[in-house]
Amino acid sequence: MRARNALAALGLAAGAATAAALWLRRGGAPREHVDLYFADGSMVSFEPGSLEGDRLLPIARRVLAAARG
Amino acid sequence: MDAAQALADLTEISAQIEAAVLAEADGSVVASTFRQEGRGEELARAAVDLVAAAGEARGNSGTPELVQIQAATPRGSLFVVRDESHMVAAVTGTKPTVGLVFYDLKTCLRMLEREEAKAEKPAKAEKSEKATTAKSKVGKAATSGKPTTTKKDEGGDEGS
Repeated sequence: MRARNALAALGLAAGAATAAALWLRRGGAPREHVDLYFADGSMVSFEPGSLEGDRLLPIARRVLAAARG
Repeated sequence: MDAAQALADLTEISAQIEAAVLAEADGSVVASTFRQEGRGEELARAAVDLVAAAGEARGNSGTPELVQIQAATPRGSLFVVRDESHMVAAVTGTKPTVGLVFYDLKTCLRMLEREEAKAEKPAKAEKSEKATTAKSKVGKAATSGKPTTTKKDEGGDEGS
């Protein structure tokens, strides 16, 4: 009985650790996107995979690479 | 305050901004925080490319003017803020406080605009002052000339 409880607690702890690691990893790496803001206050966001995102993000990557050297 | 000072103030105010470049709308660099001139030019050129590509992405006909861009990548973020005559592009680390960076960049552009307006005002005032002086000289000559002529004419009429 005691061994079973210990095993369950261990499993729970391992599950929690895995979930925490996944959550941190997801939160740690910022998602790529391009946000365009217009004079009338409207905003459009493009993500990788979209036509616009795939056109704009390489330019941004190039700029950042150039700026960082 | 000139453009370089505006940029220096910007990087001092905003700790998140790693590098920035202030350029004309066509991409010619006005001031840059980069030590190497080429890097500032490259960033400005790329910012112009990004603005052009973003304009095409949204479609140019009937859409409002594009004023701000933020591009986020795992290596950091690129911000571009523009007005009619200038644009400022800045590079930050990952996860910047977007609103704050935009606010600082807009403040930088506004400061530059205000300084340019101030610089233009004395020049305009000087021009208009010169014009007024010239006009008043002409006016005086005309007004002083008229009565003389009239008097002469009158005198001539009276004499004849």
